[in-house]
Amino acid sequence: MDVLGRYRNLIVLVGVLFAQVLGLAVQVRRTTDSEPTRLIRIWAVGTVTPLEKALVWVQTSTGNVWHNYFYLRGVRAENRSLKQQIERMSLEQVRISQDADQARRLQALLAFKEQFISRTMAAQVIGSSGSELSRSVYIDKGESDGIKPDMAVITADGIVGKVLRVYRSTSQVLLIDDQTSGVGAILDKTRLQGILRGTPAGEVVLEKVMSDEAVPAGEMVLTSGGDGIFPKGLLVGRVTKVAPGSELFLNIRVRPAADLSKLEEVLVVTKIDERQAQPGQTGAARAVDILAERLPTVPSKPENTVKADTPGAAAPGTVAPKSAGSDAKPKTVSPEASAGSGAPAARKTANSPSSSSGDASGTSLGTSAGTSSGNAATVTGTPAMKVSPKPVKAAETPKPQPAVEDSPH
Amino acid sequence: MAVTYTSGEQVEVYRFSIPATILIPLTAVFLQAWLPLRFPFFTIFDLPLLVTIGFATARRSPLAGLLTGSVIGILQDALTHHPIGLYGISKTVVGFGASSLGIKLDVEHAGARFLLTIVFYAVHEVVYFMISRGLVGLRMAWSLPHELLSGLANAMLGVLVFMLLDRVKQRT
Repeated sequence: MDVLGRYRNLIVLVGVLFAQVLGLAVQVRRTTDSEPTRLIRIWAVGTVTPLEKALVWVQTSTGNVWHNYFYLRGVRAENRSLKQQIERMSLEQVRISQDADQARRLQALLAFKEQFISRTMAAQVIGSSGSELSRSVYIDKGESDGIKPDMAVITADGIVGKVLRVYRSTSQVLLIDDQTSGVGAILDKTRLQGILRGTPAGEVVLEKVMSDEAVPAGEMVLTSGGDGIFPKGLLVGRVTKVAPGSELFLNIRVRPAADLSKLEEVLVVTKIDERQAQPGQTGAARAVDILAERLPTVPSKPENTVKADTPGAAAPGTVAPKSAGSDAKPKTVSPEASAGSGAPAARKTANSPSSSSGDASGTSLGTSAGTSSGNAATVTGTPAMKVSPKPVKAAETPKPQPAVEDSPH
Repeated sequence: MAVTYTSGEQVEVYRFSIPATILIPLTAVFLQAWLPLRFPFFTIFDLPLLVTIGFATARRSPLAGLLTGSVIGILQDALTHHPIGLYGISKTVVGFGASSLGIKLDVEHAGARFLLTIVFYAVHEVVYFMISRGLVGLRMAWSLPHELLSGLANAMLGVLVFMLLDRVKQRT
């Protein structure tokens, strides 16, 4: 008894440590995704996150009042700049949509499956794990908002991470720079695939790329879709450094496109549509379309001119989308438009209904995360021969085209 | 110098009120989770560790020290995605050590607190590193300059935290 009393503190210390080590061993042994969240985590998160939510709310409200009502300096200049940016982006959009159309035609021919982000939910970042070794954040949306584990979390700049644990009104998001995260990634130009992982120091590296491959610094890294969480084609970041690694693999450092240290608002991808392009979907005349690209252009008729305010009409100088089932007449585009958009001169677009499917819903990011158009460019890179003798405003009779292309096929 | 060797009878023993005992660790954990979002550099600090050391040295009871460290550590663990117990074990050891040392040393002076915080920060990191690698299998990067910088930063912040704790502690 006397010994017990004398060494009471040590005995309690050993007991507490033993209990915790035992608990650790049990947790490590049962590391499965289906494991329910421990009560202690629910209590801790339930205690801390309401305070964080309240503080974020106060901060946001104060910031909004200041920025929306008092601090309006430079708004006009910013407005002008934004308008110019919109004009530039509109031209860019034309070029991109043409590329996308070509890619989709090929996908239909090759029976590729496409993934589309069809629904997202905006969430505010309210807290972090508070540890350098656990790179995760908490968002203010949880089970009651329809969030589920393993949903992708992104920003407009790039991917952020995935939902790890879901609580009633909050969720924990594992960031891509955490050492336990893994994302299937592909290099944009070289098309080399690897696994994106975080390091203990908080860097992001692309692993499993063979050392005999040449990877230039600055190359974009995209999601490959292989992890089953992120749809294919989302921007991850850029290669910053390439060095020989161990075991015949390159050590490729990647700088994430999204600033993971200053996250405020994120988008949780709550629904991803996957569908296979059907021959009927892209029109029976698909082969004709492709063939038509190789034929001399027929000048458009005057009655084909589209008013700018007609639904489904394209902007002046651009190519109007074509509705489903329309025949595959060769379409023309003005040389000015093509030059202005930086697109290959007067590329013809044989649009399919799926041309708008990237914008499947109002919340879509417009990232049709399907197969890359890298191959498409080589196949459909037909000579630019569709220059109309004189510029036309639009090439086709406008036909109503559904903005949402989600109908089952 | 600040660190003076004193007998057990000479040292003061303090206690904290129940609200302070509950709210101060909770606030520390909350700030540790919230501040890095606004100030990313704040991740080098470990506020819960400083509170653990502060409570342990003031109370000078190894039992109370290890239990306080254990609870604060587990609470901190619960916010991470790692298994619960990594911070718990580390802070249990720190709580026990700080309170045991607090019995023997007079740690009322800022210099003593500064040194004490550096020492226990190192103990905490070593224990955490060993458990993470040995028991959980996490890949850990040990950077001596980073740890030294963190230790100094925590020691400086620790002096301020202990001064704040001095205001709420009560003489027994």
